[in-house]
Formats: sequence, C-alpha cells, structure tokens
Amino acid sequence: MARSDAGKLSLILLMTPFLMWIVLLIILPQIGIGYLSFQEKVGPRQYVFGVGNYVEFLSEPIYWNTLLRTAWMSILVTILALMIGFPVAYYIAKIARKRSRAALFLLCLIPLWVSDLVRAFGWIVLLRETGVISGALQSVGLIGGPVELLYNDITVVIGLVYTVVLFMIVPLVSTLEGMDNSLLEAGYNLGGTRFTVFRMIVVPYAMPGIVAGCIIVFMLTAGSYLTPILLGGKNSMWFTEQIYTQFITRYNWESGSTFGVLLLLFTSAVVWLGLRLTGQNLASTVAKE
Amino acid sequence: MNVAAPQSRFLRATYSGYLVLFFIYLAAPLVAAGVFAFNDSTFSALPWKGFTLDWFFGTTDPKVGMFHDRRLLRGMGNSLYIGVIVAALSVVVGTCNAFLFERKEFPFKSVLYILMVLPLVIPGVILGISILVFASMVANGVENGTGIDLGFLRPGLFLVIIGQFSFLTTITSLVIAARLRKFDVALEEAALNLGATRVRVLATITLPYLAPALFSAFIVGFLISFENFNTTLMLVGSDAPLTITMYDRMVKVGSTPVLNAVSFFLMVGSGLLALISVLAQRQRADD
Repeated sequence: MARSDAGKLSLILLMTPFLMWIVLLIILPQIGIGYLSFQEKVGPRQYVFGVGNYVEFLSEPIYWNTLLRTAWMSILVTILALMIGFPVAYYIAKIARKRSRAALFLLCLIPLWVSDLVRAFGWIVLLRETGVISGALQSVGLIGGPVELLYNDITVVIGLVYTVVLFMIVPLVSTLEGMDNSLLEAGYNLGGTRFTVFRMIVVPYAMPGIVAGCIIVFMLTAGSYLTPILLGGKNSMWFTEQIYTQFITRYNWESGSTFGVLLLLFTSAVVWLGLRLTGQNLASTVAKE
Repeated sequence: MNVAAPQSRFLRATYSGYLVLFFIYLAAPLVAAGVFAFNDSTFSALPWKGFTLDWFFGTTDPKVGMFHDRRLLRGMGNSLYIGVIVAALSVVVGTCNAFLFERKEFPFKSVLYILMVLPLVIPGVILGISILVFASMVANGVENGTGIDLGFLRPGLFLVIIGQFSFLTTITSLVIAARLRKFDVALEEAALNLGATRVRVLATITLPYLAPALFSAFIVGFLISFENFNTTLMLVGSDAPLTITMYDRMVKVGSTPVLNAVSFFLMVGSGLLALISVLAQRQRADD
C-alpha cells in the first residue's frame, strides 16, 4: 500500500513539469495564435471575432503566392536532398569499410553543429559579386567582369539543400545499416539487374528512413528563415519572412498569427499525407534516434 | 566481395568522384567563412593579403577584432548566459520526462508521448510568435486586471530562454530516455533488496548511470541554444545574443572579416563541444 502511494506521488511529481511545459509553452501558445488569427480589427484597439484575416490572406495574391512558392520550393529541396543524400548514405552504410565509415559519418555531421547563420555567411562569401567564385572565374578568364551569384532561386535552393541534406543522411544511414547484404545477393541470384534490386529491395527496405528524412527536411525547409532571406535577398518571397514582417515591421499581430496558423496547418497536412501514404507514424519516425 | 558495391571499375570511380564532390560541397562554405578571418584586408574576399590575427585581437579602427568589439562581446555574454540556463533547465525537465515515459504507466500515455515530440515538428518561427503572443496576452490580462506590469513577459531574455527551452526539452528528453531504456532494472531491485531507500538508489545507482547522457544532453542543449536563430528572433529584446547581433551586422554593415572571425570562433567552439559530447557517448558505449 505504502509502495503504491509512493508510486502515485512520484507519478504526480514527474507529470507536473511535463504538463507545465507542454500546456504552458506549447498548447496554450498555439491556441493563442489560433485565437488571435480570428480577431478582426475594426478600429483602434477594437476587435471582433471573424475570419477577416483569412479572407484578406486569400484576397491578396502576394500572400498566398508566397505560401505556394514556399511550398513547392520546400518540396523541390526535399526531393533534391533525397537524391543527393541517398548515394552518400548508401556508401557510408553499405560500402565504406568499418573505420572509414565512422569517419565519413562524423564528417557529415560536422556542418550540423555549425549555425545556420555561419553556413549562410559562408555561401555569401563564396557567391557574391566580389566573392571567391566570381573572382576565381575572372582570373581564369571564363568571364569578363564580376558576376553576382546571390539573390536568385537556384542559389536559395543550393543553400537550402546544403542546410538540410544532413538531416536526410542520418536517418537513411541508420536504416540502411540494418540491411543484410544477403538480401541483395538473393536478388541478384534470382536474376535481378542492379536497377531491379535497387527498386525492389533497397528502396522498400530504406522506406522508414526515407520517410523520416523527408519529413524532417520538409519541415526544416518550410520553416527556415535565414537561408532564403540571406541568399535570396529582397525578392526571396519566403513565407516565414512574411510572418516576421507582419509581426515585427508592421506590428500587425492578427494577420501575422493568421499566417503562422496557415504555415503550421499546411506543413502538418503535408507531413500527415506523407505518413499516410507510406504507412508510418509520427512518434516512431521522429523519435527514433 | 561486397555485393552492395558497384562492380565495374567505371561505376566505382564515378561513385567515388561523386562522394568527393559532395564533401567539397559540404566543406566549401565553412572553409570560406573561416579562412577570411585571417586575411589582412578589410574585405572578406580574395586576393589574399597576408596572415593576420587582427580580426580577433585588433584594437584600432578599421580593424577592431571581435574580442574588442563591445557589441559582439555583449552578444557572446548574453548567448552564454541564455545557453547555460536553457541547457540546465531542459536537462532537468528532460530527466523527469525520461523517467515519466520509461518507468511509469498512466492513461493516454501514447497521446502524451506524441505531444512530447511535437515541438520538434513545429517550425521555430511559429514557436517564437506563439510564445510571444501568449506571453503578451497574459501580461495584458494581468495589467488590465490588476495594474501590475509583468515586464518579463515582454520580449527579452526571459522570453528567449522560455522559447528555446520549449523545443530543447524534447531533444534532451529523447537523449536521456534512450539511455534510461538500456538500464537494467535488476540493479535497482538488488539495491532495494539490500535495504537502500529509493532516494539512495536514485542517487547512487540510477543517476550515475545516466550521467553521460545528462552531460551530452547539456552540451547539445547549450550548442543548439547558442546557435538558435529563428525562435530567438521573434522573442529578442534589447539584450541580443550573438547570432542576432551577427545577423544585424550582416544586414546593416555587410560582411566584414570580423564576422568571419566570429564564424571561425563559433565553428571551433561548437566543434570542440560536439567532440566532448561524442567522447562522453563513447565512454558510455564502453561500460
């Protein structure tokens, strides 16, 4: 009896910080922006409940175009990160010898520990008009004058892929490491070509890792702020920038909250769809490490 | 023979070439950000004008090094202060969460577990604005009701700490829970049978076993806090941490080699801390 009382007490003691954290810092604030997004401003310091902010979002093409643009660029970045990261992950997990495997994996992780800001700054030093690449191209005579490589969509995509590709590689490596080579051998023995073995054995085996990587990469990209703004400049048209502008520059918290809710709904919808299509679930996908 | 590897020599060479290119891609911006910290020029660009440490230690204009730049130093101090508090808080709550989810049974456990990992999939900007909005609502409510102004709920250090804590706790919880899961409960039972109290068992057996995980969770938390930008941007007041100070400088002044120096400092610092955390985990694998 005393023991179960102690058990109950410790459950309460452990539950309290957890609930305070989740309720006060996650749930209530999300409800807060949800509530604020339904507050229409009708006069100075006067608000009524209504969907005006959402109507405004839909009636202003620049707003929803920014969201659509953020969406398709995030999807593009996710696909590119998968295509670029998969061969690297496959090499680390299946081909490299034991010792170089650990070293390569660590090499992959180093940029993970470097701030977004430093990475974006590195790209700026390389790519701007007076930057390293422009200078190098001039000195070998490929181009006549300085060339501005920043502030275009390709640079933004390159920078974003750079920022997120590691989050694709890590889950892929941990999934592929579990794959037994005899599966591949069996595939070849049964007459499979390289391509069929890859498509019928490797890809299905790696699916949990692919899904996990894609979800993390997509969320990080859609929510990223620094890379699109620093590499894309004034015309980057990124949705998080819109949120910042509404909140800090225009001090219009109601429409800023609306945009926040929309971004959250949108990214959650994509993640949910991805999980549904591949039959995975969130807890096991995100919390596997 | 490794059946997983490409068999023809041509394919193997292509594959290796691809990997080399990939690692160049990974390294290039980091090298560029770091190297120009040592260039004796007022622009962080080629040509190379000789080696200097002025961008770290210089005292005279135009080459005021980062360690004599008041605003950068203040930013660094703020980052350090925020980082230590956030890391400590999130390790404490993360430990509670780990025990809660690994040791206890309670209703709606799986729903609550999903809630626990949720902060990882909420974009940082949204975490930032939602905490900003909620804190202001509370502050306004209190002010209208009682006339007391809760200044700490306005943008500033407190909100930055709360904002970073809100998602870091998920990460520390997962790190600590992973270690706790591998713990053999028989050890605790043995100690209990030998007459130890529960508190004593926790202090002498379970917590020492968890120590490496607590340590690396602290380091990871500190690093992520130090480098965080998105959440912090929305909550920052007049005491800006280093990343915000550096961003302001980049946008307003453009890139000067001082920023390369800060980048180099950040890279070396986080590299060392990451190494320490990896070593702590390696020890963990040995025992």
